[in-house]
Amino acid sequence: MKTPEGLKYAKTDEWVKVDGDLATIGITDFAQDQLSDVVYVEIMVDEDDSVDQGDTVATIESVKAAADVNFPASGTILEINEDLADEPELLNSDPYEAGWIVKMKLDDPSELEDLMDAAAYEAFNEEREG
Amino acid sequence: MFTPHTPQEIEEMLQAVGVKSIEDLFQKVPEKHRFPELDLPEALTEMEIAEELKQISSANASVDDFISFLGAGAYNHYIPAAVDMILRRGEFYTAYTPYQPEVSQGTLQAVFEFQSLMTELSGMDVSNASHYDGATAAAEAANLAYHFFRGKRKKVLISKTVNPQYRQTIRTYMQGLDDVFVTGDEGTGPDTWKVAQLTEMIDNDTAIVMVQYPDFFGRIYDYTKLVNIAHEQGALVCFIFNPTAMGLLKPPGAFDADIAVGDGQPLGIPLSFGGPYLGIFTIKDKYVRKLAGRLVGETVDEEGQRAYVLTLTAREQHIRREKSTSNICTNQGLMALAATVYLSLLGKQGFKQVANLCYQKAHYAAQRIGDLEGYELAFPDTPFFHEFVIKTPRPVNEINLHLQNHWILGGYDLSQDYPELKNHMLVAVTEKISKLDIDDFVAALEEVAHD
Repeated sequence: MKTPEGLKYAKTDEWVKVDGDLATIGITDFAQDQLSDVVYVEIMVDEDDSVDQGDTVATIESVKAAADVNFPASGTILEINEDLADEPELLNSDPYEAGWIVKMKLDDPSELEDLMDAAAYEAFNEEREG
Repeated sequence: MFTPHTPQEIEEMLQAVGVKSIEDLFQKVPEKHRFPELDLPEALTEMEIAEELKQISSANASVDDFISFLGAGAYNHYIPAAVDMILRRGEFYTAYTPYQPEVSQGTLQAVFEFQSLMTELSGMDVSNASHYDGATAAAEAANLAYHFFRGKRKKVLISKTVNPQYRQTIRTYMQGLDDVFVTGDEGTGPDTWKVAQLTEMIDNDTAIVMVQYPDFFGRIYDYTKLVNIAHEQGALVCFIFNPTAMGLLKPPGAFDADIAVGDGQPLGIPLSFGGPYLGIFTIKDKYVRKLAGRLVGETVDEEGQRAYVLTLTAREQHIRREKSTSNICTNQGLMALAATVYLSLLGKQGFKQVANLCYQKAHYAAQRIGDLEGYELAFPDTPFFHEFVIKTPRPVNEINLHLQNHWILGGYDLSQDYPELKNHMLVAVTEKISKLDIDDFVAALEEVAHD
């Protein structure tokens, strides 16, 4: 399972790539593996929407489950990954690059302080896997 | 009484909840209410009860006994005998959509054919495997629109000329959703039935506009402008259509409707005192992820042979849970099969012929009644299909009582739903009504006018 360095990770299996007050959000390799084949991604926000920490970014449907992706911080939506509409499998094949979900401008980057780094997230997953 | 538990299992369950006996579970119910004396007649034998039930049911009259001019949402069409024969085959005789493709290819193919036929009729891209009836299908359309806009648009706009029962059902379905309001059908008087007035109410808070085609009064309107304005405002449009009328009319898909629903009862399903009927639900491609209910798709099996399976199940309640569009996945499998067999037996030409017969006979009846003294057509300038409104010289319920003496079931009393339409009768004419039947009806109407 890949867990790239330099990203922040949520307990709910989102990753966040932070660049100043800009953030890109996606789901982790662990999350896509748990979901198995993704068949549809419904993005619940539009560009320019204001969102609060905890709001739903997207609902991911796989062949065996549907799961929500939540915003780890508040902000404004800058861009949505339109490719996911036609190629939801990008979440399985390339969760950290081509499978990004939304880009946003953060209201307050310090909201991300509680997130884990790569090592902590790996340890968290090992614990969950038991 | 059958209980699936062994005494040992019952014992274990009692121990788990911490009581000694099943009776202990009912201690909270006051003793005198535990086994109340029920006021029931003496038990009867099977032969006796069959006789009694037969007597009770003989008090009912059906369209087999009467010439019926009653429609208003359910229509007395001829059903070829083969429809019932095929339905009752053991291989088909289930109301449910089968999950297991390996043992259910026949039923799955029939549902697939049903879906294909419904898209042909409606001119839409996708059909589901059906809902309970036209009213619940209409309510699911409002539900789809609500979820499509993720609750951001609050207004469900319904024409007052949509079947009143459908409007009630839509309100029932919508009552649990936050902030949604159903509107467009308030007020009384002719202005409230106008397409133009409904069109004016469309705004950017409107999730869906719902119109009936032909409308509840049987009238045919060109909804092109309404659809255009709704789309300009970003709202969806749902047509509630009569499938038989599609033998003659331009289908909802050709109006660029987003959703088209209707009751499939006219397609080979008997009136049966109100049900079971069949909800038709068809959509444009782009809403397929929000579609409620079952969907059968065509695929190939391991050996490359054509095969059918339930598809896109991820959108359904058992996977999407509370995020699904609807909790209702039940379809009317047997009724969908009836519609499929009916349409297949009639064929394209036969189906058009049924629609044409309905149209011609209804127009003959309208002309004859319109010429009667004391009667007039309520909407003489508006085109109609097989149903029309007449203004009567006396209250409709009085006229209908008189007609029953002639073994005629009169039309629907519109004053029940539209207080402003006192003395207005909605008359339906299908291909089963002969010219002679219409002449008898006209004679009886004439007689009652002079009573």
